[in-house]
Amino acid sequence: MSKLHVSTTVNGDAVEYLCDPRETLLDCLRDKLNLTGAKEGCGTGDCGACSVTVDGRLVCSCLMLGAEAEGKQIETVEGIADGDVLHPLQKKMIEYAALQCGICTPGILVAAKSLLEKNPNPTEEETRYWLAGNLCRCTGYDKIIRAVMDTAAELREAS
Amino acid sequence: MEFHSPTSFAEASALAAKATGITRFLAGGTDVLVQLRSDLVTPDTLIDIKKIDGVGKITCNADGSWTLGVAVTGAEMSEHPELGRDWPGLVEAMDLIGSTQVQGRATLAGNLCNGSPAADSVPAMVAAGVTMTVTGEDGTREVAVEDIPTGPGKTSLAKGEVVSAVNIPARGDNGGDAYLRFIPRTEMDIAVVGVGVNLRLDGDTITEARVSLGAVAPTVLLVDACAEAIIGSTLDDAALDALAAAASAACNPIDDKRGTITFRTEVAGVLAKRAAKIAYARAKGEDL
Repeated sequence: MSKLHVSTTVNGDAVEYLCDPRETLLDCLRDKLNLTGAKEGCGTGDCGACSVTVDGRLVCSCLMLGAEAEGKQIETVEGIADGDVLHPLQKKMIEYAALQCGICTPGILVAAKSLLEKNPNPTEEETRYWLAGNLCRCTGYDKIIRAVMDTAAELREAS
Repeated sequence: MEFHSPTSFAEASALAAKATGITRFLAGGTDVLVQLRSDLVTPDTLIDIKKIDGVGKITCNADGSWTLGVAVTGAEMSEHPELGRDWPGLVEAMDLIGSTQVQGRATLAGNLCNGSPAADSVPAMVAAGVTMTVTGEDGTREVAVEDIPTGPGKTSLAKGEVVSAVNIPARGDNGGDAYLRFIPRTEMDIAVVGVGVNLRLDGDTITEARVSLGAVAPTVLLVDACAEAIIGSTLDDAALDALAAAASAACNPIDDKRGTITFRTEVAGVLAKRAAKIAYARAKGEDL
């Protein structure tokens, strides 16, 4: 047998794929499951454009093999909106124009959502450190940070 | 490339022992996958150890010592409510490595076995007196962390041997540890110099100490002369100067784009003093 059979859960859906042992989770998400939200920026865990959560833990999907996803719960940017209704983070990113080319945005959204689930009231410093592994070459980060901080405030008021 | 997910360390060891070509064990993969994808190291056999029972557990033993599974991540160490109270230097050293995403996967055993002289967690582990349980074909042995790296990218582990547990000593009374590194940025960088200090006090006097240097030699160093410089002292200025001199004297660094020999040698002394002061304050019960 040359390929590995993997059963996993992505955004709540049970999925299966066959992968080569060398293929990363990012390859499998994009090429086998057609979930192209996660991007390959660097492929070496530096840029964070491929960020997903695995069993609730933020990771770079380029630094995890597809074979390691067996039995895991994976969440990607495609699972953030509720149907056509955007997540508050997505709305704020648009409102603040916190993106230009958009390559980093899926990873930023996944990482920021993970932060707010863990810490609903982060300081700006905590937010900047949490997102230090998500590189953006367009915005200069300030709009992203303000969008995340404002979303956090809005979610705190709503809860 | 063959991919295996054994369910015991004996099985993992047996798979590695009979494998031909390049074998790598996969825990967090933050080095193994980077090397694989950059075509630096393409394993013929990759053995994922995360299906083995207990590899994700952090256990405080009855005697106050700690046993960490080899797949425990940096994030799990930082989130643990007690581990960082006993060993703040060790937990902070691990937490310095990489981004939030990398922290979600990276492990102590991986940082050690990658063999980088600049590995942040390794000087902290050496200072703390951490040992690794190593499983081979003939059973297990316990190896001090400082005896595992033998040079950049090289370890003393034999074919078929796999690290199967991380053993952290009991903190005990009146002890403290600290790890500091120099990088030109504030985050997400590789140590130019790293220093781990672990000490114990009787009153104001240091009775035990271990000092370790990173990124200033082909392997992380345990420097006895540094420990001797501060044992018996109250960490007064003379002891601190002797510590700095011993740390600088132990350096055998390289010049590279991240730092020169002169710079690394100087900074090792400076960081040794600062780390010793933090460890000393922690040993006095100060919350730093």
